[in-house]
Amino acid sequence: MSAQTDLANAKSMSIIVTKGTLDWAYPPFILATTAAAMDVKVSMYFTFYGLPLLLKKLDLKVSPLGNAAMKMPMGGGHVGMPNMLAMLPGATAGTSKMMKNLMKQKGVAPLEDLRDAAVDLKVDMIACQMTMDLFEYSLDDMIAGPRLGGAATYMESALAADINLFI
Amino acid sequence: MAAEVLDTKGLNCPLPILKARKALSVLQAGQVLEVLATDPGSMADFEAFCRQTGCELMESGEDDGVYRFVIKNV
Repeated sequence: MSAQTDLANAKSMSIIVTKGTLDWAYPPFILATTAAAMDVKVSMYFTFYGLPLLLKKLDLKVSPLGNAAMKMPMGGGHVGMPNMLAMLPGATAGTSKMMKNLMKQKGVAPLEDLRDAAVDLKVDMIACQMTMDLFEYSLDDMIAGPRLGGAATYMESALAADINLFI
Repeated sequence: MAAEVLDTKGLNCPLPILKARKALSVLQAGQVLEVLATDPGSMADFEAFCRQTGCELMESGEDDGVYRFVIKNV
């Protein structure tokens, strides 16, 4: 196998990445890297809260507030956090730390590593220009690799893709 | 005889596949990679990976919680 996907007849996938919390950051990067490793040509379009996933320094968090499905393994069972507690100062930071520890313990890659892998595998990353303007970011704030584009840029890759996902 | 043995024990999805791909990309066509993993999903995943990429899954099996895959590179 060659180091990177460079097949003219390769299957292709485009993913719109709209969410940037610790939990939601994983599915697009897991799928993008795995697909690229399987010789699929991958394009990721980062918009709204997905855009900060391209920032050089990531500090991802997950909040248990309003997330009734979030149950952490604890003492052999699974424990959720009532909203009354989840809204207290420190609840988000504490939950995020707990989630990161759990991930480390279970051998789940840090998101940064998956992102590096995506860059290595030549995943085409597009930063939404409108979101860059809206939230006042510049390409200097981002890792090396992403290019700028708008909806038409996404459409061009999506129209050619075998799989289009919105995450 | 495998040209390289890749130990991914303790790593979770999708790391065994990503690391295997990286290892295969520096091997010659026809060379063999042996992968060790503890991720129970790796059994189905390596089968799918090989079907899709054209690599040959020469051997696969599980022994005492450790999955072993022998893959011939394309």
